[in-house]
Amino acid sequence: MLRIIVTTLLLCLSTPLTAAEIETGDKMLDTAFAQLLDRDFDVKAAGVEMLAGSGHPQAGELLRGLLEGELRYLNQPARLVWMRERSGGKFAVDVLDGTDHGEFSARKFKKLPINNAMRAQIRSLLAQLELSDPNPAVRLKSVNAMLENPEPEHAALIRSLLQKEQESAVREAMHVVLALAGLTATEPERRRRAIADLSDSLEPAVRNGLTRLVNNDPDAQVRADAASALRKIEKRVVLFGHLETLFFGLSAGSVLVLAAIGLAITFGVMGVINMAHGELIMLGAYTTYLMQQLMPGMIGLSILLSIPAAFLVSAGVGVAIERGVIRFLYGRPLETLLATFGISLILQQLVRTLISPQNVPVSNPDFLSGLWQINSVLSLTYNRLYIFAFCLLVFAGLFFVLKYTWLGLQVRAVSQNRAMARAMGVRSARVDALTFGLGSGIAGIAGVALSQLTNVGPNLGQAYIVDSFMVVVFGGVGNLWGTLIGGFGLGIANKVMEPWAGAVLAKILVLIFIILFIQKRPRGLFPQKGRAAEG
Amino acid sequence: MSLMQILKGDRGGQLFLLVLLLAVIAVPLLNALPAGHPAYVSTYTVTLLGKYLTYALLAVAVDLVWGYLGILSLGHAAFFALGGYAMGMYLMRQIGDRGVYGNPHLPDFMVFLNWQELPWFWYGFDHFWFAALMVLLAPGLLAFVFGWLAFRSRVTGVYLSIITQALTYALMLAFFRNEMGFGGNNGLTDFKDILGFSLQSDATRIGLFIASGVALGAGYLACRALVQSRLGRVAVAIRDSEDRTRFVGYRVENVKLAIFTFSAMLAGLAGALYVPQVGIINPGEFAPLNSIEVVIWVAMGGRATLYGAVLGAIAVNYGKSWFTAALPEVWLFALGGLFVLVTLLLPRGIAGLFHRKGEAT
Repeated sequence: MLRIIVTTLLLCLSTPLTAAEIETGDKMLDTAFAQLLDRDFDVKAAGVEMLAGSGHPQAGELLRGLLEGELRYLNQPARLVWMRERSGGKFAVDVLDGTDHGEFSARKFKKLPINNAMRAQIRSLLAQLELSDPNPAVRLKSVNAMLENPEPEHAALIRSLLQKEQESAVREAMHVVLALAGLTATEPERRRRAIADLSDSLEPAVRNGLTRLVNNDPDAQVRADAASALRKIEKRVVLFGHLETLFFGLSAGSVLVLAAIGLAITFGVMGVINMAHGELIMLGAYTTYLMQQLMPGMIGLSILLSIPAAFLVSAGVGVAIERGVIRFLYGRPLETLLATFGISLILQQLVRTLISPQNVPVSNPDFLSGLWQINSVLSLTYNRLYIFAFCLLVFAGLFFVLKYTWLGLQVRAVSQNRAMARAMGVRSARVDALTFGLGSGIAGIAGVALSQLTNVGPNLGQAYIVDSFMVVVFGGVGNLWGTLIGGFGLGIANKVMEPWAGAVLAKILVLIFIILFIQKRPRGLFPQKGRAAEG
Repeated sequence: MSLMQILKGDRGGQLFLLVLLLAVIAVPLLNALPAGHPAYVSTYTVTLLGKYLTYALLAVAVDLVWGYLGILSLGHAAFFALGGYAMGMYLMRQIGDRGVYGNPHLPDFMVFLNWQELPWFWYGFDHFWFAALMVLLAPGLLAFVFGWLAFRSRVTGVYLSIITQALTYALMLAFFRNEMGFGGNNGLTDFKDILGFSLQSDATRIGLFIASGVALGAGYLACRALVQSRLGRVAVAIRDSEDRTRFVGYRVENVKLAIFTFSAMLAGLAGALYVPQVGIINPGEFAPLNSIEVVIWVAMGGRATLYGAVLGAIAVNYGKSWFTAALPEVWLFALGGLFVLVTLLLPRGIAGLFHRKGEAT
C-alpha cells in the first residue's frame, strides 16, 4: 500500500511543467518551447534540436542562454525570461515581448536544468548556427573560437561549410582549423602538408600544435618540418611584439608631444619659461569635465565640443597671464619662471576651492573603448590610436598656423628679431599675446586628451610639467619638429626599456640619457641656427 | 682675510650676523624660562626655528650659484636631500637593536624586505665622522661629476636649469625604489639618538638649533669670503658675460665647477642638519618643486646679496607655517600671489628695498 502511495506521489511530482503552455503564434516554436520545459532530457534535447533548426532569429541567443543559465522559466503565467543585470540589480525580462517582470529572484524564476550530453549538443548546434550566420564577423568569431578549443568533429563541420563560404577572412580561418586537424592525421605526408599550410599562421593554437609535433612526432621529417615552421612563426611573433612596443611608444610619445607642444611655443618661440603650462593642461581637462556635467548623456558629443571649449578657456587664461604678468618680464626668462610658478599655485588652489580638492570623474565615450585586432598577437586599443591621430592632427594644425598664416609669419618674425619686426610695423605686443594664447590653448586641447587617459585632479599639471620641459629641451628649443621627434623618441625609448628595466627604472634611464645627451648637443636634437641661437 | 675684510661694505650681512648671533644666544635662554612666562620659547618653536635656519643655509647655497655665477639650479634640493640621507643613514645605524624588529645588524626596512646583510654602501655609517664626511662628499661628488660634464660641454642658461631639474627628478624616482636600499617610499625615520644624545630631549634640540645657527653663520661667511675673493670676481664676470670672460683667458668651466661643487656641499650640510630636527628623510625631498621653492626664497629675499636669501627663506617658511595653521585654504593663493607681485614689483627682492638705486651688488 505504502509503495503505491509513494509511486503515485513520485508520478505527480514528475508531471511535466508544461501545464501552462507558452503561446507564440508559431506552431513549431510552441512545440520547441514545450519540449524544452519537459523533465525528460531526451525530450528536451529534441526541443533544442528543433529550436536550432527553426530559423528563428533569437534561436542562437536562446540556446546560449540555456547553456549559461540566463534563460529562466516563470510558472504562473507561463513565461520564458532573461535574467538581466542593470544598474546594480538583477531583473527578469520577457524573452518574447521584452516586458519587465520585476526584480529577479532565483525561486520565482526557475533554471532549466540540462546535462552534460545536452551541453555538448548545444555547443555544437551553436557552432553550426554561428557558422551559417549572415554576419561574417560572427562567423569569423565562431571559427576563431574553434581554434582555441579544437574538437575533432569541427573539422567535418567546417569542411562541409567551406564550399559555401564567400568571405576570404573566414575562409582563411577555416583553412587553419582544417590544417590544425590535419596535424593529427595518421599519414606523415598529410601531417607535413598541414604543417606547410600552417607556417604563416600566428594563432597560439597553431604554435601549441606544432610544439607538440616537434616533441612527440614519430617521423623525423615531420619533426624537422614542424621545427622550421615554428621558428618562422616565432620570428614573426617577435616582429609583431616589436611593432606593439613601437605602437605603445608612439602613443606614450603622443601624450608627451601633446603636453609639450604648447610649451614649445611659449618656451621655444617666445622664450618664456611657463611653469603654469601644466595648469593650463589641467584647465583643459577640467573643461572636459564641466562640459560632461553640462551635457549629461551625450558623452561623445561633449568630448568633441570640449576641444574648442578647452582651447578657448586655456587660451583666455593664457592671454590674461601674458597681458597681466609676462609682458613686464620679457628678456628676463628666469624671472618668468618665478612669476608663472606663482600663477600655477594660484590656479591649482582655484580649482581646489571652486570645484573639489579630489579627482573628478571624466567618462570615456564608446568610440574610444575597444580594440582593433590585427591578428592574434597584435591588437591596438582605440584610445591609443585616437591619441596618436589626435596628436598628429594638432601638430599639423599648429604647423600650418605657424607656417602659412599671417599670425604665424608675425610670430616667427618677432621671435627671430623683435626690434627689426617692430621696425617693419609688426605690433609685437599683440603678437606676443596671441602667441602665448595659442600655446596655452594647445595646452588646453592636450588637457582634453589627457582627461581620457589619466585622473583629472588639481595635481594633473604637475605630473606633466617636468616631462614637457624635457621634451622641448631634448628636441631643441624653438623647433616644432624637434618637439615632435623628441616626444616620440622619448616615448618609444621608455616603452622599449620598460619590459626589462621596469617602468620607474626606464624613466630614470631616459632622464639620465637626456642629461648626457644635452652634454653632447647642448642645444637639443635640432638646434636653432644663426643669430637666433645666441640668446 | 679677516672678518672685517669679509664683511666690509656688507651692511645687510653685518646686521644679519648680529641678529643670528643674538638668536643663537637668546633662544636657548628663553627656552630655559618656566613654561608660563610670556617670553618663553617652546622647544617646538626652537626646532621650527632650527629648521628655518637649515632652509636659510640651503638658500645661501643657491644664491651663491644663481646670484654670483648665473647658474639657475633647479636641482639643489637633490644635494640637500643627499646630505640629509647621509645623516639619516647614520641616525638609522644609531637605532641599533631598538627597532621594531630588534635586529641589531639591519635597519627595520631591510628586515621587512627580507634582506640578509647590510648593502656595501651602508658600511661606515655607524661612525659619525664617516657620515659627516659623506654629508659633504656625496653631494659634492655628484655636483662635481654633473658639473664637469655640463660645464665642459658649455650647457648654459635654460638648458642647464632643465637638466638640473632632470637630475633631481631622476634621483627622486630612484630613491622611491625599494631596491635602492634607502627605505624606498617611507625613507628613513624613527631615529633615536645622535652622538649618544636622545633626539627627543630638549637639550639635544637646543644643541641642533645652535649647530644650525653656527653652520648658517659659517656658511654665510664662507660664501661672503668667496664672492669677495678673486675667484668671486671672476664668477661675477662669468655671470655677466661668459664668452667675454672666456676670451679674456679664464678657465670658465673650472671656476663654475669649483663654486657649484662648493655650493652643493653647503646644501648637503643644510640637509644633514635638517634631518635630525624634523626626524625623517624621504624621497619627496628630491621633488623638483622643492628646488623651485628654494629659488623662490632667494628671488623673494633678493638675489646676489646672500643675506637676502636668508631673509627670503625665513620669511616664506614662516609665512607657510603660519598660513597652513591659520588659513590652509588661502596659503597657496598667498604664496602664488607673492611670487607674482615680488617678480613684478620687487625684481631685486626684499633686500633691494634697502639698496639705493644703482648701488653695486
